Amino acid sequence: MSQSLSLRAGIVSILLLLAFIGAWWGATLPTQVDLGDMDPEYAAMMGLDSVQESDIPTPGDIGSAIWTHLSDPFYVKGSNDMGIGIQLAHSLWRVLAGFALAALVAVPLGFLIGMSPLMHKALDPYIQILKPISPLAWMPLALYIIQDASISSIFVIFICSIWPMMVNTAYGVASVRDDWLAVAKTLEVGPIKKAFKVILPAAAPTILTGMRISMGIAWLVIVAAEMLVGGTGIGYFIWNEWNNLDLANVIFAILLIGVVGMILDMIFGLLGKVVSYKEV
Amino acid sequence: MTTPAFIQVDGLEKTFPAPMGQAPVTVFQNLDFEIEKGEFVCLIGHSGCGKSTILNILAGLDAASDGYVFMENKELTGPGLDRGVVFQGHALMPWLTVRENVAFAVKSRFKRHSKDEVNAQVEKYVDMVGLTPAIDKKPHQLSGGMRQRVGIARAFAIEPKMLLMDEPFGALDALTRGVIQDELLAICQATEQTVFMITHDVDEAILLADKILLMTNGPFAEVAECAYNPLKKPRSRQEMHHDGHYYPFRNHLMDFLVNGPGTPYGEKTQPQETVHTEPEPAPGPRQVVNG
Repeated sequence: MSQSLSLRAGIVSILLLLAFIGAWWGATLPTQVDLGDMDPEYAAMMGLDSVQESDIPTPGDIGSAIWTHLSDPFYVKGSNDMGIGIQLAHSLWRVLAGFALAALVAVPLGFLIGMSPLMHKALDPYIQILKPISPLAWMPLALYIIQDASISSIFVIFICSIWPMMVNTAYGVASVRDDWLAVAKTLEVGPIKKAFKVILPAAAPTILTGMRISMGIAWLVIVAAEMLVGGTGIGYFIWNEWNNLDLANVIFAILLIGVVGMILDMIFGLLGKVVSYKEV
Repeated sequence: MTTPAFIQVDGLEKTFPAPMGQAPVTVFQNLDFEIEKGEFVCLIGHSGCGKSTILNILAGLDAASDGYVFMENKELTGPGLDRGVVFQGHALMPWLTVRENVAFAVKSRFKRHSKDEVNAQVEKYVDMVGLTPAIDKKPHQLSGGMRQRVGIARAFAIEPKMLLMDEPFGALDALTRGVIQDELLAICQATEQTVFMITHDVDEAILLADKILLMTNGPFAEVAECAYNPLKKPRSRQEMHHDGHYYPFRNHLMDFLVNGPGTPYGEKTQPQETVHTEPEPAPGPRQVVNG
């Protein structure tokens, strides 16, 4: 039954895709323009033709853009002309670096907040104020202090991924069942062993949910950050192609961002499954 | 002067601080009792008399407001590996298998054990509760009774001087409970384990306990009576209701729970004279008495 459900869902997905591409294809067909009694020579001089190509790229244009980029993703022909794989690698590196730094800070701090009601109360106002700030608002300050565009984007990723991880870690740690802590106490388990063998595995699913949310936000933010600072990265690529008025490349990049985002989310989904447990 | 008991509880009291503008609540007070080595002691009483708190104080998980607990003449001030605890809700870690759950305790107790020694200890105690076939399963793959067995194996595996059990079978169905009671009885008789157990099941207490502490209702609950089980060891669930002492003793405990403290059991007329006159039930299908 479930297999036939996935099969039917797959068929519906493909039909929807075909319908969408069909509608797109229909909407971007060359149009007949009525030139009236205009002198054909004058029309040709004005760049007008009785058959007008669409301004919006057709599905075929996108197909060929995808083919062009994916067939040679890693070329470097100067600072403004690099393969899409290189651009993507720059973005991924920034996201992973910022995310890893955030995890290094957020998880221990979340542990502290989750275990100590005092620290929870003391740090809560700062977290509540800092959490809603758009990460891009930090960019000018980062650029001024760090004076390096790439590291500034890493900082922006750091600052946006830190909050969901910290809040989730604190929540996960604070809601570890008293039973398990009592077991650790009666077995005279030391604080380090308790943290790693009881609290961490108990809170791991919640922590990983926080990481998954953080990674999603980081991947959203990196595009905007790179548009702002320029240089390299998938966000810069989009902005560059917009300046080139190459919409086919823009659409290709949009698709690529979606696919990479999905893969990142799936990775964290799988990691979450590894550490999850069924409570009884 | 007799030698002091293995466990000596002196004037134990628990008072919870007052909520705003109200008087503090004393749950129980003036608790004095003793547990001898190898003795199985049950504490019965209604909900709210602080039974679990007493067990937690013995386990070192909670602090008394007043009074002392001595174990082998040393005051107990915190949790320790000399006491094994079986929790009401089994408290197994769901991300670990049965083997890993028991090994967690064994490794904490025997820090110098090699891997093989730990494994041997784990397998010995898992086998003791009959769970060898399920040793590599996670708790969610087990039934409620099997989980509680793992909890018992974990507590025994650290070879504690005293076992503390907080209504360990409260959440189990009657049949499973009976089976595990039998197992526990056999294990305790074989190992001469000192046990302190909380229950509100009178039959469970009669089957398992050598000594039954009866608590009055809270607040200001006290141990009103310390009744020695008149049924001789070895007891068995199938046979004990044929014992002439069974009904008088059971009635006494029930009277206590329903009507409150009366004449202590030992001071009543001898049970042989007041033994029930109804004929012995014909041998036939076994009845589960008040499961």
